[in-house]
Amino acid sequence: MKIFREVLWPLVAVVAAFMIGGIIVLLIGDNPLTAFYHLIGNSFGSLHDIGYTLFLATPFIFTGLAVAVAFRAGLLNIGAEGQLYVAAFAAAWVGIKFGGTVVNIFGKEENWSWANLPALLLIPMCILAAVVAGGIWGAVPGILKARFGSHEVINTIMLNFVAIALVSYLTQYYYKIPGDPIMQTAEIGQNAQIPRISQYIPGMPDFVPLSVAVLLAIGMCVLVYIFLWKTKWGYELRAVGENPSAAEYGGISPKKQIVIAMTISGALAGMVAIGEVLGYRYRYYDGFSDGWGYLGIAVALLGRNHPLGIFLAAIFFAVLKRGEIFVDIETKYVSKDVVEVLVAVTIIFVASLQRYARR
Amino acid sequence: MNEVFSVTFLVILIFSTIRTATPLIFASLGGMFSERSGVINIALEGLMLSGAFTAAVVTYQLNNPYIGFAAGMIAGGLTAVIYALAVIRFEADQVVAGFAINILMLGFPAVISSRLYDSAGSTQQIDIAYQFPPLSKVFPFLPWPFLNDISLAAVLAFLLVPICWYVLYKTPFGLRLRAVGENPGAADSAGVNVVKLRYLAVILSGVLAAAGGAYLSIGQSSLFTRGMTAGRGFIALAALILGKWKPVPVMFACLFFGLTEALAIQLQGVVKLPSGEDIPVQFIQMIPYVLTIIVLTGFIGMSRAPKALGIAYRKEN
Repeated sequence: MKIFREVLWPLVAVVAAFMIGGIIVLLIGDNPLTAFYHLIGNSFGSLHDIGYTLFLATPFIFTGLAVAVAFRAGLLNIGAEGQLYVAAFAAAWVGIKFGGTVVNIFGKEENWSWANLPALLLIPMCILAAVVAGGIWGAVPGILKARFGSHEVINTIMLNFVAIALVSYLTQYYYKIPGDPIMQTAEIGQNAQIPRISQYIPGMPDFVPLSVAVLLAIGMCVLVYIFLWKTKWGYELRAVGENPSAAEYGGISPKKQIVIAMTISGALAGMVAIGEVLGYRYRYYDGFSDGWGYLGIAVALLGRNHPLGIFLAAIFFAVLKRGEIFVDIETKYVSKDVVEVLVAVTIIFVASLQRYARR
Repeated sequence: MNEVFSVTFLVILIFSTIRTATPLIFASLGGMFSERSGVINIALEGLMLSGAFTAAVVTYQLNNPYIGFAAGMIAGGLTAVIYALAVIRFEADQVVAGFAINILMLGFPAVISSRLYDSAGSTQQIDIAYQFPPLSKVFPFLPWPFLNDISLAAVLAFLLVPICWYVLYKTPFGLRLRAVGENPGAADSAGVNVVKLRYLAVILSGVLAAAGGAYLSIGQSSLFTRGMTAGRGFIALAALILGKWKPVPVMFACLFFGLTEALAIQLQGVVKLPSGEDIPVQFIQMIPYVLTIIVLTGFIGMSRAPKALGIAYRKEN
């Protein structure tokens, strides 16, 4: 019964959002059924569709988990976007500096790296860099809240703007190949690049950018579940989220838990870099995030802050993201922005139905 | 450095500050009504966007900035109704629902503008003759200098400050509003309709925030672009906290944030590093955000939020 209720309300919210979206599509002069067919009908038809959907779901899984861990501690981390930006840059930086990157500047070769480490060493280092950078960027608002009581919502929003500007500065002035018209760093070394799934699955085309990062994302769902519900640390974190004063009375320091939760949250958000930098673009690319940090809030909410729910919600959002381009092309008037409307309305419904779900 | 901080520099800076503070004042004062009634308003960004978009479309279609401005305010009020229904009627988490409104107003204007103008990014350019006017155009007979540099909207924004002060502290509505934000239960037993008052306050905040957005699209610029508020709703929220939820301090907080933005614009390419190079534009862009964090962290102890802020009210039976 409990499971049924957990699934029912998010589903009701999604259906309601599609109904409202359908009305909007109707009003602007298109057929909602065709529009929605193009929106969700291209996600699972073939191996390569499934590959793309999983590729698009990967960042949502990480940011959804990130937001959920903070949520469980009673915090709203709106800063996943900034956290994944600094993490992506950090991963690319290590991949360049220790990956033997040699760049070609107007026909002249220049060595930008300090070393050329083997993949077995370099990939974990890049991942560590992303996790640490994201974790630090998440810890800052946590510390500010624990130490000074300033609200994490405002601070994480502000830190997003700071992170994006900071990383853009580093890219433009130090790690962009001179003459490159695109705001992106040089490519990370071969040894920093993680393998694509297409290598292992016959029939999966090479151009599908799905990398082994998706396996890590699924692994993190399991780990977060174990952490939150099967360990003492997870119990303490959730206790603070449910009732800070009772937790404090029970000997748990809410301040410490706030910092821990925000650090873990930032680290999880930072893992987006693994799929995007090490597995897809092989560089930091300015504006590479499709709002994953922000949408992570929606993923966590729709997934009821539970790893399994988050996985399903991430797939749902990936389907919408995959479909937006088809809607844009295949319908006469509907633009891809209709996805944002659907997402927003879904969040409003999920948030509004929350109190019925709790009963 | 001397030539940088000349009289001209200061004069330009002052007018630039007024210009950048204007949308913040509208939005902050709007947020004040909502938060004073106990409803967090992180949706300011989205409410501003709804006003900016509607004002740009209506002004372009009708060639009348006044109707456009009013339409923007109405759109903000209607958007706020959605938010109010979610957080008051259905007791949705206020930060989450507010955030959803912000996402909605990223996507929805783009859906409509791509249908109307075949451009998802922006609306059509409004002719300069139909943009929200500077004072020199409203009062062409006044001989004063600088009237060309001050928008009618700026005057409205600064006039709103004493008006809001009066409403908040000298009217029965204001008294009830403050009571509801501090102790809704007590206000209820004293015969105040808590729910109705909160609806009114949230809708009012939508109307005012949208006015700020409308000024951005048809006054400061000449068209709406996707997400054009670029975080101003959040800065307005920070100004509200910094200004302790009181009209006059809120105005000064908005001027402060406006000054940082104006400085950021004006210092670009003017002030050099000791090495003679330009200060990277990214660092100048960071100023308002870093200052917000520092200021809010440093002053938070002196700022006390309305007691019932963020808590849904359910009548006990």
